[in-house]
Amino acid sequence: MAKNCHNDYKMKFSGDEEFPDLSLHNNHMAKVLTKDIYNKLRGKSTPSGFTVDDIIQTGVDNPGHPFIMTVGCVAGDEESYEVFKDLLDPIISDRHSGYKPTDKHRTDLNFENLKGGDDLDPAYVLSSRVRTGRSIKGFTLPPHNSRGERRTIEKLSIEALATLSGEFKGKYYPLNGMTDKEQDQLINDHFLFDKPVSPLLTCAGMARDWPDARGIWHNDAKTFLVWVNEEDHLRVISMQQGGNMKEVFRRFCTGLLKIEETFKKHNHGFMWNEHLGYVLTCPSNLGTGLRGGVHVKLPKLSTHAKFEEILTRLRLQKRGTGGVDTASVGGVFDISNADRLGSSEVDQVQMVVDGVKLMVAMEKKLEKSESIDDMIPAQK
Amino acid sequence: TYWFLPHSTAYPDLRQHNNCMASHLTPAIYAKLCDKSTPNGYTLDQAIQTGVDNPGHPFIKTVGMVAGDEETYEVFADLLDPIIRERHNGYDCRTMTHPTDLDSSKLHSGRFDERYVLSSRVRTGRSIRGLSLPPACTRAERREVERVTVDALAGLSGDLAGKYYSLTQMTDAEQQQLIDDHFLFDKPVSPLLTCAGMARDWPDARGIWHNNEKTFLVWINEEDHTRVISMEKGGNMKRVFDRFCRGLKEVERMIQEKGWEFMWNEKLGYILTCPSNLGTGLRAGVHVNLPRLSKDPRFSKILDNLRLQKRGTGGVDTAAVGSTFDISNLDRLGQSEVQLVQTVVDGVNYLIECEKKLEKGQDIKVPAPPKGN
Repeated sequence: MAKNCHNDYKMKFSGDEEFPDLSLHNNHMAKVLTKDIYNKLRGKSTPSGFTVDDIIQTGVDNPGHPFIMTVGCVAGDEESYEVFKDLLDPIISDRHSGYKPTDKHRTDLNFENLKGGDDLDPAYVLSSRVRTGRSIKGFTLPPHNSRGERRTIEKLSIEALATLSGEFKGKYYPLNGMTDKEQDQLINDHFLFDKPVSPLLTCAGMARDWPDARGIWHNDAKTFLVWVNEEDHLRVISMQQGGNMKEVFRRFCTGLLKIEETFKKHNHGFMWNEHLGYVLTCPSNLGTGLRGGVHVKLPKLSTHAKFEEILTRLRLQKRGTGGVDTASVGGVFDISNADRLGSSEVDQVQMVVDGVKLMVAMEKKLEKSESIDDMIPAQK
Repeated sequence: TYWFLPHSTAYPDLRQHNNCMASHLTPAIYAKLCDKSTPNGYTLDQAIQTGVDNPGHPFIKTVGMVAGDEETYEVFADLLDPIIRERHNGYDCRTMTHPTDLDSSKLHSGRFDERYVLSSRVRTGRSIRGLSLPPACTRAERREVERVTVDALAGLSGDLAGKYYSLTQMTDAEQQQLIDDHFLFDKPVSPLLTCAGMARDWPDARGIWHNNEKTFLVWINEEDHTRVISMEKGGNMKRVFDRFCRGLKEVERMIQEKGWEFMWNEKLGYILTCPSNLGTGLRAGVHVNLPRLSKDPRFSKILDNLRLQKRGTGGVDTAAVGSTFDISNLDRLGQSEVQLVQTVVDGVNYLIECEKKLEKGQDIKVPAPPKGN
């Protein structure tokens, strides 16, 4: 098979001759990859031709940062997680709090299981959002897929999304072909995604053939959004202004399940298994692939000595309001769940709801110059 | 599974593209070549990826594809032959042969008026036969290119004796010196190169070698296996070209002693990563001050007819500073090294004559284009 030719050629060289120089690297792949593991895996490839060098290229090219630990590898298809488990299982364990190869992941998209979440104080919680990703079974993933596959994924997505109705009725805007007016509107709505510039993504080959078969779909109300062929086959986002996370999560679960139903009808399920949950390009997004979060004003709490510890105990993480790797502006933070694998969607959104409620209460106490020492939570 | 969908679903969308690949890749050629690969496993999709990802500019036509190995030029000849014809003035590699001539004694009038010419430089590239090129090479192959080349350079002596600075091992002091000398090359940022996979594993097996006199420089594993540069301040292009030819022949002799050779054939000359650098891979040029001529509306036409091109003093895609230009040969394939450097010598001498005439208030003439153009 042509796709394996190059790897056969590479086997002429020894594992030592090919082993990457990771002496300056700080990412999960560099911490796990030994010469033994490399030698064991370098002769293998998935049925579609993805190899261990393809998996690790992004981590070799991006040594990382002393303070921020990136994953340093990607999957090229569903089988990557099986064929290269000797490398990926330990990385998954490191990234997902000791998750074992024998552990089972629970999926729960029943929004009625969420308690509360409709009463986050809108004076503090400015907006609420839940996102996840989905991969369509039978296709390879963005680091590896061909133009033909990507276009078919787009076609299937357009067909599936066109069947949505009621609150989910919407429209698809292909990146290649939108009018200037549509583009401006999408930018103003903060919906438009750009060609990736982060070398974490470009070195993994995810920007190839841009903008071919990439696009954005959203419902008329602009509260449910799908990105097609960016970092994953599909990224699904539910959002709205204010603090009603319950409503955001209801719409998220309902919309996702409707989309999945339509794909299944056409014999295309989503990639999922009971060990890894939903299978996505980056190992950090396995499980639920879910990031549920709010933009919340915490000017006093964020400067409190125990802020980081509180977040850690609540199993939450902070980001700037521009998203990953941005700084906070005016004391407003993006607070979201830290976990993805080993707990369900309901569990993770519950942690956000409960945690944010507590932090807003702490903020109010600090405003009155009262102590929050007796409110510090135990480790969840 | 879907990763063997039919060809029609994989033909790239080139409607907004302006590069040589887009001009010549028809759906029929794509269908014919898309399942082929070179013996090392390099495919058409890989070769054209850079051209698909970089639509180009209406005024500047890039090549839009690269070679992953020597065999690329044969296996994908249905696409590369017309691209080579377009890029190299109708050169037909199926019927023509390319002359290689590194006998610098044939160069005449190679000393410029140093009131105008500030520096002189000749560069080319060389690939080591049997090892894949930068878009496709494995880490082991790249390290082998480094080893073979550094080994050969260590054998140079006299005015060519020098030292190698590996990008991964150089000290801060060495790095600063190389920056001050304008020798240090960076990780490529141009998407033309990164989309072709040439920055993979950076800075593994990359480095710079130069002689003690800092007049002969070799880049290892940047855009080609090796880039070889001879240069000096002032207008002595003859000496620059002498050293260029001598150094190249010495390095070639050294690698041959160890059983290696450069990629070369009589149809395409020296084989390099970018089809635009086939043949001699040679760019001979000067930094020259032409305050009056550069403002004359006939300047571009004069350059065209002399088969020269202008660049800013920062190199390709930079602007001129003041009235100092980088002037070099346009052509690479179909004429020998001696012929091309002679073209630069004759052409630059003509430009200087024009500048002198304009200084004296005399008029200048646009030279006739070369025969056959």
